Amino acid sequence: MSNKQKLVVIGNGMVGHKFLESMVDMEQAAHYDITVLCEEPRPAYDRVYLSSYFSGSTAEDLSLVKEGFFEANNINLKLNCKAEKLDRAAKVITTQSGEEIAYDKVILATGSFPFVPPVPGHERKNCLVYRTIEDLEAITAAAKGSKVGVVVGGGLLGLEAAKALKDLGLETHVVEFAPRLMAVQVDDAGGALLKSKIEELGVKVHTSKNTQNITDGDECVHKMEFADGESLETDLILFSAGIRPQDAIARDSELELGPRGGIVINNHCQTSDPDVYAIGECALWGGMIYGLVAPGYNMAKVAAQHLTQTGEDLFEGADMSTKLKLMGVDVASIGDCHARTEGALSYAYTDEVNQVYKKIVVSADKKLLLGAVMVGDAEDYGNLLQMALNSIELPEKPEALILPSLDGAAKPMLGPDALPDTAQICSCYDVSKGDICCSVQNGAQTIGDIKAATGAATGCGGCAALVTQVMNSELTKLGVEVNTDICEHFAYTRQDLYNIIRVEGIKSFAELLEKHGKGHGCEICKPAVGSILATCWNDYILEDQHMGLQDTNDIYLGNMQKDGTYSVVPRMAGGEVTPEGLIAIGEIARDFGLYTKLTGGQRVDMFGAQLHELPKIWKRLIDAGFETGHAYGKSLRTVKSCVGSTWCRYGVDDSVGLAIELENRYKGLRSPHKLKMAVSGCTRECAEAQSKDVGVIATENGWNLYVCGNGGMKPRHTDLLAQDLDKETLIKYIDRFYMFYVKTADRLQRTSVWMDNLEGGLDYLKSVIIEDKLGIAEELEAQMANVVGTYQCEWKTTIENPEKLKRFAHFINADEKDENIQFVKERGQIRPATEEERVNKENLIAIS
Amino acid sequence: MSDFTDVCALNDITPDTGVCALVNGKQVAIFRPAATGTLYAVGNYCPAGKANILSRGIIADIKGQLTVASPLYKQHYVLETGQCLEEETLSIPTYSVKVEGDRVLVSAS
Repeated sequence: MSNKQKLVVIGNGMVGHKFLESMVDMEQAAHYDITVLCEEPRPAYDRVYLSSYFSGSTAEDLSLVKEGFFEANNINLKLNCKAEKLDRAAKVITTQSGEEIAYDKVILATGSFPFVPPVPGHERKNCLVYRTIEDLEAITAAAKGSKVGVVVGGGLLGLEAAKALKDLGLETHVVEFAPRLMAVQVDDAGGALLKSKIEELGVKVHTSKNTQNITDGDECVHKMEFADGESLETDLILFSAGIRPQDAIARDSELELGPRGGIVINNHCQTSDPDVYAIGECALWGGMIYGLVAPGYNMAKVAAQHLTQTGEDLFEGADMSTKLKLMGVDVASIGDCHARTEGALSYAYTDEVNQVYKKIVVSADKKLLLGAVMVGDAEDYGNLLQMALNSIELPEKPEALILPSLDGAAKPMLGPDALPDTAQICSCYDVSKGDICCSVQNGAQTIGDIKAATGAATGCGGCAALVTQVMNSELTKLGVEVNTDICEHFAYTRQDLYNIIRVEGIKSFAELLEKHGKGHGCEICKPAVGSILATCWNDYILEDQHMGLQDTNDIYLGNMQKDGTYSVVPRMAGGEVTPEGLIAIGEIARDFGLYTKLTGGQRVDMFGAQLHELPKIWKRLIDAGFETGHAYGKSLRTVKSCVGSTWCRYGVDDSVGLAIELENRYKGLRSPHKLKMAVSGCTRECAEAQSKDVGVIATENGWNLYVCGNGGMKPRHTDLLAQDLDKETLIKYIDRFYMFYVKTADRLQRTSVWMDNLEGGLDYLKSVIIEDKLGIAEELEAQMANVVGTYQCEWKTTIENPEKLKRFAHFINADEKDENIQFVKERGQIRPATEEERVNKENLIAIS
Repeated sequence: MSDFTDVCALNDITPDTGVCALVNGKQVAIFRPAATGTLYAVGNYCPAGKANILSRGIIADIKGQLTVASPLYKQHYVLETGQCLEEETLSIPTYSVKVEGDRVLVSAS
């Protein structure tokens, strides 16, 4: 038998799992045989983001378990296994199925359960709670036959649940017992503003409602009767009226509990029995149950350290400040937000026009910040939280902290230097200022590096701005200059080069290199400069002075494949093509023996063209009325469209017509990376416009413009830039958007990544594109007009120029073909032969 | 040894680009860097990409050494020596090349 200690963890929720992760990080974990009893059918998942299940996340997406975690660490995980009895005298746990498990130490991480008020009728059909994935499945099923849904409880979780019901398409109501929403975190004025904002989003809020009875409805399944004599009919009821600690097993084994439940623990998270620990929402420390995940994680760490005798961290309570976005509304609460401290004074600021409410609570001597409430704008949260947590002396006029700066004077911001090293910057992952500085000292230079090294800003993300400030301050202190030069030949970013070329009117790479660079250029700077020159002046890209700048595909106006052959893609604007056009393409592909495939952008791709065949193929395509599709360029690819109102029973507007117009407008625009667009004729979104760089969707009131989406390796949904536009405004905004992107993006940076790195994000982009904050809109439009006005089909220009055609031969001095290019037949078409097939001359087909 | 073959006119090679010539059955990539005025001749076959495409690559100056960046996966081969900068074990052959009058001559016996 193993002489290891037997450790049993009851519960595999977020906190229970954090405990396991803390354990396996320690060498001492080897001294334990760990068994985990999990009542649910699946291991730990993220309950904080539970509502994302209704906007597309799967149970798998929510999982917190790294692949192979239990196996790799020899942890015995028992799912669907509820611990029924804890016999502390015999040191044995009995499970629901009667299995007996001996232990030396036990961790209770049983969590909590939703409190359902004992209202008559609460056990009726479709009266549910919101806690587990099984609950979500039940809610989804119940929502199918329902029109109306009610959430009982207007706290944080209740509002999350309301969002879920709304996402499921139900008419949604929130019923709250207290006179305001989020009674714990915000005050009356903040609650009132929150209510009006949430009602604007289409959720009806009923406060001061005491539900007395649930009975049969007339219109709906249920009728809720309130103490004030009013009633509300609904098909579905979700109870979210708070949580209660899951302490039954502790109660039965006579561990010390609080007067209203909760397993009493000390600073090491030990219960009244030193061999039994309790962590998370089942534990009661200092008379408090902590219903947030961060304190639970902290308990997990403390318990693991104490158990293994590897550290001396204590659990000494936790700050319950929170910042969150509820249904798109920013809400934040810090410390003593109700001004309960003796002598506390408050300052409040209300802006009914922009729907912002802010309040700070300060000590009687006005020196310390005790608490704050923010609704509608929580930008000050990070700053205020640090002031409160670190007892930093307030400025002379504390109200300046929340008042908008009217005369341009800067707000009294707390620089990162004012913070002590111990200041907790990220509360989700307990990352201090010192931790961030340390990882900078170890080489981190970007927010991405910091996230990977410390986990900071990867939870709720509320601290991202402050983390960046701390990082930048530390980088400056270390004298680290982050090198953003494009390459060794130019000490400039792509954006700098773009501005230099525009402002100085530079027309060639040689001129730029002479004036601003050194050396001879490389495969990084040459294509980047080639692209900028093309955007600015739109010369033919194969002119002698530009030819050497063009990358693999551009230099022969085709997409090079693995064997050195090319694929050929004629433009089919909007995906529209005549039968004659299709026949012509079919004949050309057949005559040249090309492999044909449809692309994701609604056009035909022909593969296997050899260099010398390209001009002949294009001659025939152009004669048949086609033009280049720029599939080879970092430029506009396609504008995908659904069939739209012309044919579709549901179409609202002519998506094909607009797609063709847009494709013809932006074709040929050279940009930092490829550009994809789509137009959908109604909100069913068959063209998948919300995954494109620019997406347009028709609505009853005009066109909605979406930007910065991406499919591919790292998918990103678009953001809505503007809605209900007429066509003229739509095109104006797209002109500005594209030219602003082209002007400011890094090399090979798609619009999605560009947006994620744009300081100020979507709001900033709106201010530039719509409000013309930078005063450059007219200039951007003029630059786009120049690109549109100077368009040429590069293939047409090429086949009309005998000098250029000389290069389209494999050998400059012979008519032979590259013998390395060999094809075999597969499914009735060609494909490149494998090396083996080539060597053994197996099934090779004769090439013309 | 040095029997040179006339392959093309100098003007057939646009400055700062390359062409491929067939010399004694060998595929030779000839480059005309704008910087130096000297021509370079190397093998056209990229051992990393396993295709005859090096003549179509961009001429790249890497820390003072002129290279060609393979158009397939962007490995750099030094034009002078044929050595691959990314993978020590890879290299391509080099050939003698000269300009006489306006003609380009290559030796690849």
